[in-house]
Amino acid sequence: MADIKQQESSQNAGRAGVAGAGLSAVERTKPRTYLRQSWDRFKRNKISLAALAVTILILMFSFGAPLVSTFITGKGYQEQSLLNQLEPPFSDGFILGADNLGRDVLTRLAYGGRVSMMVALIAMGGALAIGGTLGAISGYYGRWVDSVIMRFVDIMIAIPGIFLLIFIGSMFTLSPIGLAIVIAIVGWVGLARLIRAEVLSLRQRDYVEAAKVVGASDSRVIFRHIFPNVLPLVIVWATLVVPVLIITEASLSFLGYGVQTPIPSWGNMLQQAQRFFTHQWTLAFIPGAMIYITVLAINLLGNGLRDALDPRISD
Amino acid sequence: MGRFVARRLLQTIPLVIGITIITFALANLVPGSPVAGLELDPSVSPEDTERIRANLGLDEPLHVRYFVWISNVAQGDFGLSLRTHRPVLDVILERLPNTLLLTGTSLVLALAFSIPVGVYAALKRNSIFDQFATMGAVAGVAVPNFWLGLMMILLFSVMFREWGLPALPSGGTHTIGTGGDLMDRLTHLLMPSIVLAFSATAAWTRYIRSQMIEVLRQDYMRSAQAKGLKDYIVTFRHGLRNALLPLVTLMALEIPTLFGGAVVVETIFSWPGIGRLIITAASQRDYTVIMGTVVIVSFLVILANLIADVMYAVLDPRIRYD
Repeated sequence: MADIKQQESSQNAGRAGVAGAGLSAVERTKPRTYLRQSWDRFKRNKISLAALAVTILILMFSFGAPLVSTFITGKGYQEQSLLNQLEPPFSDGFILGADNLGRDVLTRLAYGGRVSMMVALIAMGGALAIGGTLGAISGYYGRWVDSVIMRFVDIMIAIPGIFLLIFIGSMFTLSPIGLAIVIAIVGWVGLARLIRAEVLSLRQRDYVEAAKVVGASDSRVIFRHIFPNVLPLVIVWATLVVPVLIITEASLSFLGYGVQTPIPSWGNMLQQAQRFFTHQWTLAFIPGAMIYITVLAINLLGNGLRDALDPRISD
Repeated sequence: MGRFVARRLLQTIPLVIGITIITFALANLVPGSPVAGLELDPSVSPEDTERIRANLGLDEPLHVRYFVWISNVAQGDFGLSLRTHRPVLDVILERLPNTLLLTGTSLVLALAFSIPVGVYAALKRNSIFDQFATMGAVAGVAVPNFWLGLMMILLFSVMFREWGLPALPSGGTHTIGTGGDLMDRLTHLLMPSIVLAFSATAAWTRYIRSQMIEVLRQDYMRSAQAKGLKDYIVTFRHGLRNALLPLVTLMALEIPTLFGGAVVVETIFSWPGIGRLIITAASQRDYTVIMGTVVIVSFLVILANLIADVMYAVLDPRIRYD
């Protein structure tokens, strides 16, 4: 793969001009911590703030599913009522309507969100653990270790993930947690490449060389000097990969190889709606819209985080 | 140049071997064995089971079985389908043109939309058009394809028919029972290819816009203008050419996503391609077909990357061949 040269022109632009504004004033103000600076940058962007609010709302709705069930809808997610099949939204007792078995859509949406979010978050954690470790080893130690790991990454990138997941899904009936682990095993490769490239460039910086010269151990160099510099990149990647994982889980569940009924997920709600959506279109519209809003919000949140945590890596 | 291609080809060999190893290893994770049923059958003696195992080559160690399989694959023999008993390669080659037609059309659609919009947005930076294009791109990239597909069927096939408007067909490559003339096939192709192209279009529009803005800042653009070239020559010959160059790589990177998306789109629109083939095979646990599909799709991805690299080297003289 031919490398696209990274544009580094704007990299040093922001650093000049800081010292110019009267030295005494600088001395009196307390230095802002990195976290504080990032937050100040983040909250300047109103879209990012809105995205954060929406993301928090969706997380509360999803992980508060039992509360939604008890206090708002008053129904369980498996409670069927054959008298209320395909009830339209805003009808008596069913805020978002009922599905083909008369189950309350709003309740199922909350429980489905909990499953979808949980799968995505666990898969993200797994991908971080695998991709982060292998990428760091590859970038730091180089030589044959690097070659072996990167060839493996090349192989994994060449196989379209969903084909591999369907292959595995056809062999085993996976629990949501099993599914999350399998998605992580397929989804770590992008991060490994990213971390490797970053570590590779950090390793040659003067301060790393200096630390090595004064006799710092490998682990000290990695955890004190390299890790903090890779962290912003990892946080941004971890945020932006969640929408990808949500879509992966939903696609798989939609195809019938992800979360299995009776456990609801946004993807398998859509799958079941497929047969009935010509009678009641909201059945397919609502879970899809929920996925869309979630993915959009987390995408925007990730972009905001990227600009805030490391202005250099903004696109 | 020849040496560059040859070297690049050599580099794909470990990839191809790696893919076959992973596929083979996965297939051997399948619970149970082909003779598991016989082992439980009281009318079949253990000696007979052993003989059947030996006949099938199942008594050989794993690496020997892998070499038998890989040498067959190298000769185009992916075995027989466990359900239909037809050669797997035939089944796949029958479906592949449909998938290539779908993904190819989507690629063309995505390019035909994203290049003009991205370039125009960059030229008219911060205009209303630009703001709409940027917003649309951000909003568009997040649309799940399965949702978009269902909603389009709902609107253009179901509702349009109810309202008495000309409705689009909701599935298949052509109307069943007719041969399917060009127009008929095109109307069938329209919705699936739009759905498949959607998020790539949004992503590329953004990319082309930022790439074009970057190029517009370059010195050679100013020189071209300074020596009195016409605006459109500066924009298109000097600007666009350079802005589109990285798109070659981007397109190659999109290929796996496109094949992945094809699985979903083909399922929604009953499009008889390899995406639906693997879904049907998975539901029937037809492992030879699944293995064949995974291997062939991966080979296609590698091939696309190879072509992209060579094209990039041809288009960009700054890339050295050695």
